Amino acid sequence: MMKTIKVSVVTPDGPVYEADVEMVSTKAKSGELGILPGHIPLVAPLEIGALRLKKDGKTELIAVSGGFLEVRPDKVTVLAQAAEKAEDIDVVRARAAKERAEQRLQGKQDDIDFKRAELALKRAINRLNVAGTK
Amino acid sequence: MASLRDIKTRINSTKKTSQITKAMEMVSASKLNRAEMNAKSFVPYMEKIQEVVANIALGSSNATHPMLIKRPVKKTGYLVITSDRGLAGAYNSNVLRAVYQTIQQRHQSPDEYAVIAIGRIGLSFFNKRNIPVVLNITGLPDQPSFADIKAIASQTVNMFADGTFDELYMYYNHFVSAIQQDVAEKKLLPLTDLATTKKSASYEFEPSQEEILEVLLPQYAESLIYGALLDAKASEHAARMTAMKNATDNAKELIRTLTLSYNRARQAAITQEITEIVAGANALQ
Repeated sequence: MMKTIKVSVVTPDGPVYEADVEMVSTKAKSGELGILPGHIPLVAPLEIGALRLKKDGKTELIAVSGGFLEVRPDKVTVLAQAAEKAEDIDVVRARAAKERAEQRLQGKQDDIDFKRAELALKRAINRLNVAGTK
Repeated sequence: MASLRDIKTRINSTKKTSQITKAMEMVSASKLNRAEMNAKSFVPYMEKIQEVVANIALGSSNATHPMLIKRPVKKTGYLVITSDRGLAGAYNSNVLRAVYQTIQQRHQSPDEYAVIAIGRIGLSFFNKRNIPVVLNITGLPDQPSFADIKAIASQTVNMFADGTFDELYMYYNHFVSAIQQDVAEKKLLPLTDLATTKKSASYEFEPSQEEILEVLLPQYAESLIYGALLDAKASEHAARMTAMKNATDNAKELIRTLTLSYNRARQAAITQEITEIVAGANALQ
């Protein structure tokens, strides 16, 4: 029996995921990050990306749009403004969002809109990736 | 005395009104239930983020961020949450009166403040009084998700960051119970009241405290706005439920008195007819 650590993913719209897993890995702002049970307390901001949770030999994916990760010896909490499990992702909507963002990026606009469209594109691609690997 | 038919029409129309208000009352009651559930599912997120923010902000004194620092106030922002529709009793007028009075007291010229309006009633109120509205959002669903207000929340927080405002207040109805909602004034930015008593683990920071605050504080401020919106929505449904309940009760009372006078008028008509018949019979004798 492997040691496990409790993981919860919370968003403003409610908890998304809660389970005991063997390992959490994700991409933080400063690089790839892997958390095993017994990690020292840590706080790190996250990139828009996938949260990979290893559980019973399988890997579950959760699409996370930024936010940050809080680690305690017995518990990992991810606080994100949006997060979806792979099976909950609305692929049609994500694809539409991707196209919309791409169009906006092609049109010449000021910096703020450009940045926002870029982020939207990143989020859409992330969702599609996570949904696609399932 | 009004004619029998007049009274009958009034009774009927009042009955129909009471049916409508009764239906609206029940709709609001079920919406209130869901709004309370939404508010409940938001609590774990809020508690967690508050805990982490407090831990970082209090944990070490050398971590600073522009959003934590008070600066001389040249311009004040007011974020006002109202509903899109009326028929909610004093829900909107309470908030708007509070904001309007505060603005009148605190400021001499319209350069010193600006309003961010959430909800159609508030927007038209400020437009009518020539109060500058910099941002507004209307047509929010009854059960708003975070994505619905993400844009306006982050724009609002950005306006503080880029110096458009030097402080930011929120005004909304705080949900106390189904029959009580109080106007709440909350200072949103700068974040000065982070004090919490419980202090837990001290963290490692990856990459650094400053960079984490950079991500964390805007997210925290945005969640505060979302929390206020959920609170306000619950209050709105509660206020509308109470208003509609009162309307239904009033309609019932009105129907009762109208039915009484209807019966009286009918009885008077019958009595008169009998009198006429008796008088006619007497005349023939």
